[in-house]
Amino acid sequence: MLSIVDIDYGTPRATSEKTVELQIDGRTLNVPEGTSVMRAAAQAGISIPKLCATDMLEAFGSCRLCLVEIEGRKGYPASCTTPVTAGMKVSTQTPKLAEIRRGVMELYISDHPLDCLTCPANGHCELQDMAGVVGLREVRYGYDGANHVHAQTKQGEANPLFVAKDESNPYFTFDPSKCIACSRCVRACDEVQGTFALTIQGRGFDSKVAASQDNRFLDSECVSCGACVQACPTATLSEKSLIDKGQAEHSVITTCAYCGVGCSFRAEMKGEEIVRMVPNKDGHANHGHSCVKGRFAIGYASHPDRINTPMIRTKISDPWQIVSWEVAFAHVASEFKRLQATYGKHAIGGITSSRCTNEETYLVQKLVRAGFGNNNVDTCARVCHSPTGYGLKATMGESAGTQDFDSIEQTDVVLVIGANTTDAHPVFGSQMKRRLRAGARLIVIDPRRIDLVRTPHIKADYHLKLKPGTNVAMLNTLAHVIVTEGLVDEAFVAQRCEPEAFAKWRTFVAQEKYSPEAMAAQTGVPAEAVRGAVRLYATGGNGAIYYGLGVTEHAQGSTAVMAIANLAMATGNIGREGVGVNPLRGQNNVQGSCDMGSFPHEFPGYRHVSDVATRELFEKAWGVPLLDEPGLRIPNMFEAALDGSFKGLYIEGEDIAQSDPDTQHVTAALSAMECIVVQDLFLNETAKYAHVFLPGSSFLEKDGTFTNAERRISRVGKVMVPKAGYADWEVTQELARAMGYPMNYGHASEIMDEIARLTPTFHGVSFDKIDRLGSIQWPCNDDHPEGTPVMHVGEFVRGKGRFMLTEYVPTSEKVNAEHPLILTTGRILSQYNVGAQTRRTANVMWHDEDRLEIHPHDAEERGINESDWVGITSRAGDTVLRAMISERMQPGVVYTTFHFPGSGANVITTENSDWATNCPEYKVTAVQVTRVSQPSEWQKRFRTFSSEQQALLDQSVDTLGQP
Amino acid sequence: MNIERLITMANDITNYFSAEPDHAVAVEGIRNHLTRFWDPVMRRQLKAHIAAGGDGLLPLAREAVERLDVPSNAAN
Repeated sequence: MLSIVDIDYGTPRATSEKTVELQIDGRTLNVPEGTSVMRAAAQAGISIPKLCATDMLEAFGSCRLCLVEIEGRKGYPASCTTPVTAGMKVSTQTPKLAEIRRGVMELYISDHPLDCLTCPANGHCELQDMAGVVGLREVRYGYDGANHVHAQTKQGEANPLFVAKDESNPYFTFDPSKCIACSRCVRACDEVQGTFALTIQGRGFDSKVAASQDNRFLDSECVSCGACVQACPTATLSEKSLIDKGQAEHSVITTCAYCGVGCSFRAEMKGEEIVRMVPNKDGHANHGHSCVKGRFAIGYASHPDRINTPMIRTKISDPWQIVSWEVAFAHVASEFKRLQATYGKHAIGGITSSRCTNEETYLVQKLVRAGFGNNNVDTCARVCHSPTGYGLKATMGESAGTQDFDSIEQTDVVLVIGANTTDAHPVFGSQMKRRLRAGARLIVIDPRRIDLVRTPHIKADYHLKLKPGTNVAMLNTLAHVIVTEGLVDEAFVAQRCEPEAFAKWRTFVAQEKYSPEAMAAQTGVPAEAVRGAVRLYATGGNGAIYYGLGVTEHAQGSTAVMAIANLAMATGNIGREGVGVNPLRGQNNVQGSCDMGSFPHEFPGYRHVSDVATRELFEKAWGVPLLDEPGLRIPNMFEAALDGSFKGLYIEGEDIAQSDPDTQHVTAALSAMECIVVQDLFLNETAKYAHVFLPGSSFLEKDGTFTNAERRISRVGKVMVPKAGYADWEVTQELARAMGYPMNYGHASEIMDEIARLTPTFHGVSFDKIDRLGSIQWPCNDDHPEGTPVMHVGEFVRGKGRFMLTEYVPTSEKVNAEHPLILTTGRILSQYNVGAQTRRTANVMWHDEDRLEIHPHDAEERGINESDWVGITSRAGDTVLRAMISERMQPGVVYTTFHFPGSGANVITTENSDWATNCPEYKVTAVQVTRVSQPSEWQKRFRTFSSEQQALLDQSVDTLGQP
Repeated sequence: MNIERLITMANDITNYFSAEPDHAVAVEGIRNHLTRFWDPVMRRQLKAHIAAGGDGLLPLAREAVERLDVPSNAAN
């Protein structure tokens, strides 16, 4: 079912700038060339009956309901498949058309159940609507003949055409008895999602929709994105939530709180209850598509595990005391003041979250800088994309990606390095796949054979299956080929880049040691494949690089980002549509949390704290003196906690005890602090070490904005009151007041107004403008009043592009006899980050435990069979997981996800980090893997500790005197 | 803080700047990086470590740390 508020124009928008004049029902219209007659009519408010057409999909012409008459043409062409032509005269309503349409509907209804009143689609059923529109009054064929409707024939025999309802998917049902075989679901799976899981099986009257080889949906290749459910014109594919709750009565535009794609959604509501989430067709990041997380996995927001009252305790071995907000704020303020009085102003700090809104993040860093009086503020981007900020700023002058997602529509060669788009950024992954099916070429650089390498109708031209930890070696050897084979875009470089830095870089990468032949031993990739790939990137037309955490989460993460920027500049692939350097951000607001000044060394808008003019601007606005020296990064905070100088931490929406590397080091640091304040939806792993718990609000409970991987600022819309009474920004505001630093915002929009006032790249941003335009890509100011889809056009933000030297320095994390394998970590489609949200939804049906992927060769050597328990040991720690034997891995490399805390993936990872930003080296850990029969010692301790903490929560004392 | 960790981090930074052919530029790169991104507490500790012999620091790192400006305890 489509959104309750969207208008369906039947066929996609035509993009031609040339217009065509025609007449429909006597009205003269001008529409872009390539528009269908159906769409031209719909845009003028003339509805032509239709069933198999919808504007998310290409025209199909199967239902024969949208027939029209065109002057001078024979017969009755389908308006969906007929493009407009100049001077065309179309009639959409004639007696003959009415007769044909009634005949078509009569046939449909003769094989359809007549349970409209109790049907979940009732109210928004397109079949029902069309029966009404065409004036169907009788079905002359009766209902007793061959049909797909009834399980049994009149004679009591099994009906061979009948297929029972498939309820295997946790979020939607498939009821073939209501199917009209319009193919919209099949086409949505093909065209929109690109999974090709559905098909029409059989011919003629036997035709039916089937998932994979006539499997249940859950057992098929279906990835549960829901595009088919959205496309279905009847109740054949229906959300279970719609079946339970009935039709929504209003719709609110908001932005998904999962990954960095930042899909726009319509939350379809009944009062304060969500009936379903429907991706917004007008959404600029997702154009009406979504994945299983954004559309379906929102149950965590109303999960019973949520804690909706503040709690405090003196020691982490004490039961929690439930207290009022006032008591909690006063307690935190008094503790933080005590710590500063005892240990110094710098003894406390704060951590902002990429899951919170821009406004909330901004307030936390403001509280730290202005209220705490130090710069000890950091954000979880530290552990994911901090190298992106560093590397892109150094080379091009701005800490952000250069393009919008739609830029890929103009891309000829897609180069993906260290990004698993179909799992981690699924909606953009679908857009990428669409472009690849349309003919763009593909280079994948990844140690694993990710799905994109070979997926229906797509095959990478090159998969450079490098050894983990050799990204910089690989990028340098690509650069070597560009320089030595004359593939440099000399005109671009001469005009746009610093000549001295370029000359130095050219000499540097031309060194023989970086030739593909010399580097093959390091990277494990044959020289010919390297040369072929780079020739394709440099000469294949518009080349665009997409990268993710497989680039940043390395000891040389920042070097690799700069090497990527070097490649794009050297080949002139910057500053126009179809090209660029595109970091795919992990969490929904990674870009935003960085923009908002969450890093200890810079104010909002990436301005260093030592910059006098900026500091004075903020001092004046905030009314307090501000420090001109950087504060502590998250790993520095841990070190300082362990040496006794750092004692208090305010953590908003972040779970460092699970997400940060070397868990035992993190928990030791947390245990060394005296006042840890966690603001979150759940008692997460970090909260088990906390002294104060402040209940957070989900994205459904507040207003604000998120900024996605394209720098796109989109609105988060409040659809229900916060369960604990306060939106997160209000909690920070109250905390600031209690600390003696007044903040007085009445609405989140006022915070954005302040951000806009103080940040040049945000000068033109306001909630009103975002609501008016749908979304805005910063920079948005007087020069770019409606935002900036493509950056560095004509000139780099820093003026001239700067080539940086990128020496390959092998990581110190090396395999040896004791630890002969390399462990690398990543994500899976159905789960999100630490899993705090998705583990509390039915998404666990796809992934209910983290497994260790291991190559058959390595498994055989160790006597490991599928699903065996295996111990994984690194120099940092050990854990136990079940094995999954997989040829996606290369021999010598093992892989796991980190979505479940008990898996202890980060007990294994080490303290190694990026030289520039301390982003952890999650992707390279030397390990040994052996068959075992019991959990690791850490896991046993973890389970004991977790159950103790659960008991302390269960024993919590209610000081509010409520029954 | 754990001085071993700070030495490793300073050496990691140094390894990046070692590719720079101009010695003075390399040293300045390291010094500038430490100044812009490291909390003064950490810079002070590295300086103190140099005064105590500077074991474990790469030669370029030593040069850079010697040139580091660190605000006094009172200011920060």
